Amino acid sequence: MQRRMTLLWIASILVYTFLYIPLIIVVIFSFNNSKLNAEWVGFTLHWYQTLFHNHEMLLAARNSLIIAISASTLATLLGTMAGLAIHRYKLKILPILAFTPVAMPEILLGVSLLLFFLQVLNLTLGMFSIIIAHTTFCIGFVAIIVRARLQGMDDLIFEAARDLGATPWQTFYHITLPLIRPAIIAGALMSFTLSIDDFVITFFTKGVGEPILPIQIYTMIKVAITPEVNAVSTLLMLLTLTLIFVATRFDTSVLRSESK
Amino acid sequence: MILIEIRNVTKRFGDFIAVDNVSIEIQAGEFFTILGPSGCGKTTLLRMIAGFDAPDSGQILLEGKDIIDVPPERRPFHTVFQSYALFPHMTVADNIGFPLKMSGKTRHEIMTLVTKALEEVELSQFGNRYPHELSGGQKQRVAFARGLINQPRLLLLDEPLGALDEKLRENMQRELINLQAEAGVTFIYITHAQNEALALSHRIAIMNQGKIEQVDEPARIYNFPMNRFVADFIGKINMLDASVIEVSSSHLKLRVTGLGEITVPAKACIKINDRGVLAVRPEQIRIAPEASEMNTGLQFIGKIKGFFYIGDVTTYNVELPNNTWIEALLPNSEPGHAKLFEIGDTVVVSWSEQSAQFLPN
Repeated sequence: MQRRMTLLWIASILVYTFLYIPLIIVVIFSFNNSKLNAEWVGFTLHWYQTLFHNHEMLLAARNSLIIAISASTLATLLGTMAGLAIHRYKLKILPILAFTPVAMPEILLGVSLLLFFLQVLNLTLGMFSIIIAHTTFCIGFVAIIVRARLQGMDDLIFEAARDLGATPWQTFYHITLPLIRPAIIAGALMSFTLSIDDFVITFFTKGVGEPILPIQIYTMIKVAITPEVNAVSTLLMLLTLTLIFVATRFDTSVLRSESK
Repeated sequence: MILIEIRNVTKRFGDFIAVDNVSIEIQAGEFFTILGPSGCGKTTLLRMIAGFDAPDSGQILLEGKDIIDVPPERRPFHTVFQSYALFPHMTVADNIGFPLKMSGKTRHEIMTLVTKALEEVELSQFGNRYPHELSGGQKQRVAFARGLINQPRLLLLDEPLGALDEKLRENMQRELINLQAEAGVTFIYITHAQNEALALSHRIAIMNQGKIEQVDEPARIYNFPMNRFVADFIGKINMLDASVIEVSSSHLKLRVTGLGEITVPAKACIKINDRGVLAVRPEQIRIAPEASEMNTGLQFIGKIKGFFYIGDVTTYNVELPNNTWIEALLPNSEPGHAKLFEIGDTVVVSWSEQSAQFLPN
């Protein structure tokens, strides 16, 4: 038993090291006073300064934030509705329709959205088309999370609410919504992070106009992996961590699978 | 006064008839139990009364008015579910106050009533707890308090004691009887546990395969079951194949293979040559040592084949001259004795004419 525990500890330490070492290296080298990502020379904030003077990069960050916020809001709204519908109406086709985009290779989704926008909708590609594209692939994730939350619950409590005098809307407001709130928050967070770092679908649906963050970063490393890229990545990481922190403060059961 | 009338209600799920042309009248203030094996349709019937499901045909009347089209939130009924169905994200106090909040009571009124309700179910210190912090019995009491807080006309109870252990269940049964008497609310109680039904109810409806087999007071259900299903479902009963050879206004004469002619009390709608069973409850059967004198004319020689010691009583398996086995139940009132007879003992078996009955096939 003791030996098993030791092995388990070693295994988990190895896994976490493997996961986090690259991230830590990125953070460290974003403060490195050298143009090369090779050895540690000294501490500097130079790369962050360059970053904040890089007009193109700032624009890309702003655009990406607008897209991520819009797409995650829309996807959360629609995905929650989808999750509720899939749970309520036991139609076998519904989950397939909602979850397929999640399993679909991104490249396929990218190409088909591009064709759809250009040839069917006759849309000019840009921010709007990216927001629609991101919403499309995020809906499925939100629906899955919301539905999983509902599946773990006793359906009788919704009937009990009606039985005790609540109209369908009151039941939704007082019972359903508070109970699936952790799932909604988790879904929104996931949509946001999926959207802000999505490359493939963005690449297909962005057109030629506005710069978008992941694509901007990619363009930068095409020339050379500069510490400026490390700095952007570090900031992106910080944003994600902050979001997770805020979400857990807001409702402690977000990251726990069990219900309260 | 009739509070609820269920009139010719039928409910199908596909080809399956869950509730088959059921009609029941329930009096105001009554503790009415619907008893039947699982899958007999009792929960479906309850769900239709609560308003969760609509019958395919028939009517459900509240004081003479059809309520089929009234949604559950507008029916003055509440339900206590087997799983309790407490709201997991609300405190005990908020759970109990929920019906009041929905009916638009002020915060102050809700607080006063909830405090009183918490006292009544002895959970005063638990108002701020969440349901997952309570034991099964406590959850149960919260569910009752929530169901009764705004004095519904009718409380529907779907196997509410099913999830509790034996000892707790017995206590809760006593509490339930008091609760119903104090609240003066009509109860419709669903269960598959016959002892629970007998102990709690004013009247019992026995349900089987979507149909009502018999509606009666507990003692009448037990002593005068209408058919073989009811006799077999409620308590234990010995059944010996029999056919009717004589019918009169006061008695029936039966022929039982290997035992000869046996007289039982008369029963309506029985004709000569009807086949069925002679039924006697185990506690009505007397067994005595071979040598002892018996006054009754009806007696057989039997042999003890086995026994089953439960503590307060012992059940004996006795073989009759026609090679069938019957069960006889004897109280262990003599201290220190687990059994009064040994396997292989020859005994005299008898029962009074009044305690036996004929049940047609």
